[in-house]
Amino acid sequence: MAAKSASPRNRKSSGFWIYFVLIVICIIWLIPTVGVFITSFREPQDIYGSGWWTIFPHQGWTKESEILVDANIDVDQPFQIQGITTTFTELRKGVQLPDGRQLTWVGNKRSRLVEVETYGWIGFDINLTLENYRDVLSGGTVQYVDASGNQIQRQGNDLGTAFLNSIAVAVPATIIPILIAAFAAYGFAWMNFAGRKFLFTIVVGLIVVPLQIALVPVLQDFTALNLNGSYLAMWLAHTGFGLPLAIYLLYNYIGELPRDILESAFIDGASHFTIFIQLILPLAVPALASFAIFQFLWVWNDYLVALIFLGDQNRVVTMALAAMVGEKGQDWHLLTSGAFISMILPLTVFFALQRYFVRGLTAGSVKG
Amino acid sequence: MAIMKGEKNKTTILDWFASGIGQILISLFVPVLTFLILWQGFIFLRDANAPKLVIVLVAVVWGVGGVALLYYVSNWLVEKTTRIWVHRLQPFVFVGPAIALLAWFLAIPTIRTLYLSFMDANSRNFVGLDNYIFAFTDRIMLEAFRNNLLWMIFGTGFSVGLGLLIAVLADRSRFEKIYKAIIFMPMAISFVGAGVIWKFMYTYKGEGIGVVEIGLLNAIVIALGGKPQPWLTAAPWNNFFLIVIMVWLQTGYAMVILSSAIKAIPAELLEAARVDGANEFQVFFKIMIPAIQGTLLSVITTIVIFSLKLFDIVRVMTGGNNGTNVIANEFYIQRFTYGNAGRASAIAVVLLIAVIPVIIYNLRQFRERRAF
Repeated sequence: MAAKSASPRNRKSSGFWIYFVLIVICIIWLIPTVGVFITSFREPQDIYGSGWWTIFPHQGWTKESEILVDANIDVDQPFQIQGITTTFTELRKGVQLPDGRQLTWVGNKRSRLVEVETYGWIGFDINLTLENYRDVLSGGTVQYVDASGNQIQRQGNDLGTAFLNSIAVAVPATIIPILIAAFAAYGFAWMNFAGRKFLFTIVVGLIVVPLQIALVPVLQDFTALNLNGSYLAMWLAHTGFGLPLAIYLLYNYIGELPRDILESAFIDGASHFTIFIQLILPLAVPALASFAIFQFLWVWNDYLVALIFLGDQNRVVTMALAAMVGEKGQDWHLLTSGAFISMILPLTVFFALQRYFVRGLTAGSVKG
Repeated sequence: MAIMKGEKNKTTILDWFASGIGQILISLFVPVLTFLILWQGFIFLRDANAPKLVIVLVAVVWGVGGVALLYYVSNWLVEKTTRIWVHRLQPFVFVGPAIALLAWFLAIPTIRTLYLSFMDANSRNFVGLDNYIFAFTDRIMLEAFRNNLLWMIFGTGFSVGLGLLIAVLADRSRFEKIYKAIIFMPMAISFVGAGVIWKFMYTYKGEGIGVVEIGLLNAIVIALGGKPQPWLTAAPWNNFFLIVIMVWLQTGYAMVILSSAIKAIPAELLEAARVDGANEFQVFFKIMIPAIQGTLLSVITTIVIFSLKLFDIVRVMTGGNNGTNVIANEFYIQRFTYGNAGRASAIAVVLLIAVIPVIIYNLRQFRERRAF
């Protein structure tokens, strides 16, 4: 081989098609999120009147002036306006003037308002606002103007409280299973007890069990214990459902730590507990971190478990957002800003700690 | 000297006795105190009217601290016993809580669900196989099975196919990390959030004068001269528009796993094939695919299981209406809309049966891989 240094790994291609395909796919992947992101900052009136992409420079009609149609004119018949004869129906669609301008009827028949528009380039239409975010976070009454200019009143969705609830659910539901799983992984890896092998086989078997299998009986238990709607119920449920994978992943890591470290600690008279806290936990940080991210994203983004065990009490962001889709499916200014609020924390965690997350994924198998 | 000795002995016995009682008292006192502290936290969280932020902070500290405290105290108690008992009991301090939770939340519920699946809606009377007959013959269930099959075939096929394509192409391009981060990003988004994002893409306002379509898909259709469509209502195609969302979410997962498998193929292997005159397609199909076979299989399995249990997307986008129902959504409807615990349980058992081959495979892999 002539070029020894050029292993396939380093030989980055300059082929046009490779970049073309990659870039097209990336654009398709980004567009939906970008659209929602832009929409969340637009005025409600603008959102319903034009697509979000119109904030970019494009060619289109812009209003030049307005004409009020004289009250004597019968608009049910063809009538004269700006030197041409036309009808109401045509004006609604837009009528070309000989000079290239366009006439458009605005609103219903009684408005008698006609816009004169010119065609040309429209630059960045930057009429952005943060009010959508304020409205969706608030729990009180919010008002906005819709596309036809009507004032609309809505009950706010209190996403602010939902966000705090999500934190109260997700942080302990991430740390508790890791702590319990780390203790268990250490026990399985470095301690001897009856039934060790049998119990671990069950742990592995439970990894892919669909959690639907547990929901009905566990709901019965929580109802009997009056735990429904509490954070504790969510922590317990997420801990229970997350444990098999957590134990398995941490076992793989903790079980492969060198035996010498533990043995020398034993000789120095340390107990299992001390060794675990002072030696194993710090050594296992990479594995703990990757599972932590995995579990955090899982819990934060979970909808099913919250829907069943939380109900309307203490509802978390996914539930608040899903409820909004049901109640106000067309209030896009609230839905888009709400969606972004629900995404902001997981996206931050994800991009900040992506490396650990990928490591956890490649090490793990399937979650139930 | 002798007296002194006797006195010394006496005091040690006394000391021992006193400290023994003291020890026992402390051993009783500490757990009781722990319990009281935790109970107070529980009562506070249940009844307090404090500002939400305060409650959230207390909840986090109480939850995480409580678990740590329980481990600490139970280990402390065990270490107070004799060496032999420490040896016997300590494993249960470490493994016990995990086993108890697994039993409560997964192992025992599986058996209870199995039992409930033979009972009626209120779990009172035995109804034999009625719920299973419903699960396998009812029109709604058959539709759900068909749709899950669509999700499994097309959702998995496109996710894995695209993931593999991107992994291979990105591996040979510059700025690999950027492409991968973009494709991977949806993994951090909830299904509900993704539902909103795509619902906006699919928005349909209907026909009429002066109506402006604000959904991108309909705007593109109009720009190409077509008519806007209500994408999410027309069966059976609406299923495919929902599957697109899953592909958008899961391709990143397939890509990341497959990419690391591709990078693990020895460079010499690929180079040797190229030297022997293989073209890139031959290298891909004859060398790469066989080399990553195992990983490919586990990615496919993971995504198939994912599409089998799929719930959130359908729940949020269509609620299972217009011919888009899936098994997991029917489970939810049966239990929470109709309050039929028996049918819901039977559906859950059907889901469990569907993953049993994977469970067996996992266990086998585990046995082969290491002498436990």
